[in-house]
Amino acid sequence: MHEAAVAQSLIEVILQEVEQRHAKPVGATISCGELNKVNDESLSFAFEAVARDTPCEGMTLRIEHKPLQARCKPCGRVFAVDVSNPQCPDCRSEDFELLPDAPLVLDEIEFEGPDDGEG
Amino acid sequence: MEKADVGRKILSANETYALKNKQLLARHGKRCFNMISSPGSGKTSLLVRTITDIGGSLRIGVIEGDLQTDLDAERIRATHAPAIQINTDGACHLSASQVNRALDQLPVESLDMVIIENVGNLVCPSAFELGEDGKIVVLSVAEGDDKPVKYPGIFAKSKVLLVNKIDLLKGALVDFDLDRVRTDARRLNHSIEIFPVSAKTGEGMQAWYDWLKNQVHPQ
Repeated sequence: MHEAAVAQSLIEVILQEVEQRHAKPVGATISCGELNKVNDESLSFAFEAVARDTPCEGMTLRIEHKPLQARCKPCGRVFAVDVSNPQCPDCRSEDFELLPDAPLVLDEIEFEGPDDGEG
Repeated sequence: MEKADVGRKILSANETYALKNKQLLARHGKRCFNMISSPGSGKTSLLVRTITDIGGSLRIGVIEGDLQTDLDAERIRATHAPAIQINTDGACHLSASQVNRALDQLPVESLDMVIIENVGNLVCPSAFELGEDGKIVVLSVAEGDDKPVKYPGIFAKSKVLLVNKIDLLKGALVDFDLDRVRTDARRLNHSIEIFPVSAKTGEGMQAWYDWLKNQVHPQ
C-alpha cells in the first residue's frame, strides 16, 4: 500500500504547479511503468483522502500504464514484455535486454478555464 | 478547460534524498545495498551470521527498518556491528529521507559497507530508491517457489537473490523447486546472482561472502 505515499507526493507536486498558475486544478494524468506500477483503485482512494481540504479536492485522476519494453538480442526487435511469459513476439527468443521501465510521472494537469465556472 | 504539460517525476522528493545518500556514500567510498524480502524470510539472521563469520575483514554497518521495535537493531548490535533502527510507524517501506537521517548517525567513515534491511514487504520497498548500489532480494524456501512470477518487480530490479532456509529442503520439509526459481528470476533479469543459502547451518554462505567482499575489494 505505498499508494498512500505516492498520493501524498503527487499532491505536493500538483500544489507546486497550482501555485504558479493561480487556477483551480480539476484533473490530472499520471503514468507508470510495469515494474513501478500502482494500483488504480488504491491510488484514487488515497488521492481522494489526501486531497480533502486542499485545492486538489474533487480532482479526477487518470492513470496510464506503460508496458515494459525489451530489445531482442538475436533479431533486434523492440517489444512490449509480457512479464508472465517474456519472449520476442517475432523470433520467440528469450534472450533480450530490458529497457528502462517508465517511472511514475505526473504528465498533465487540467485547470478550470477562466469561463468554466460561470453560467 | 486548460491543459498543462508537467512531466515531473512524482517521487522526485524521495529521489532527491536518494541522490544525497548516494553522494554521501560515494564521497566516503562506501558501498550500500538495500535488502528486501517478505517478513520472516530471515534477513536479520542472514546479516547476523554474515557479520559474525566475515568478522573484521569487511566492516558492515546496518540500517534496520521495521514498523515497530528495535529488536532487529539489537540483534545486529550484539555482533558489535553498528546498527541504527528506523521505525516507520505503519509505513510499508523505507524512504530515502529516513535513510539520510540514519546515515548521519552511523560511523560511515569507519565502515566498508552499509546494508539497509528494508521493511518486510516484497512490493512497496522496490518503488523507493534509497541511494543504494544495488538491491538484494531474499526469498526463503518456505514462502514457495512462485514468488518471482508473482512479484516480478523486485526480482527484475535486484542484483542478488539469496534463497534462504535451504536446510528445510533436506527431508522434503517444504515443496520448493530451486530450478524453477532460478529460471523464473532470470527470465526478466539475466544477470541476477543467485545464492542458495542457510543462515542457520551456514550452507552456501561462503559464495555470498565472496560476492560481498568482491564489492569492496574487486578481485
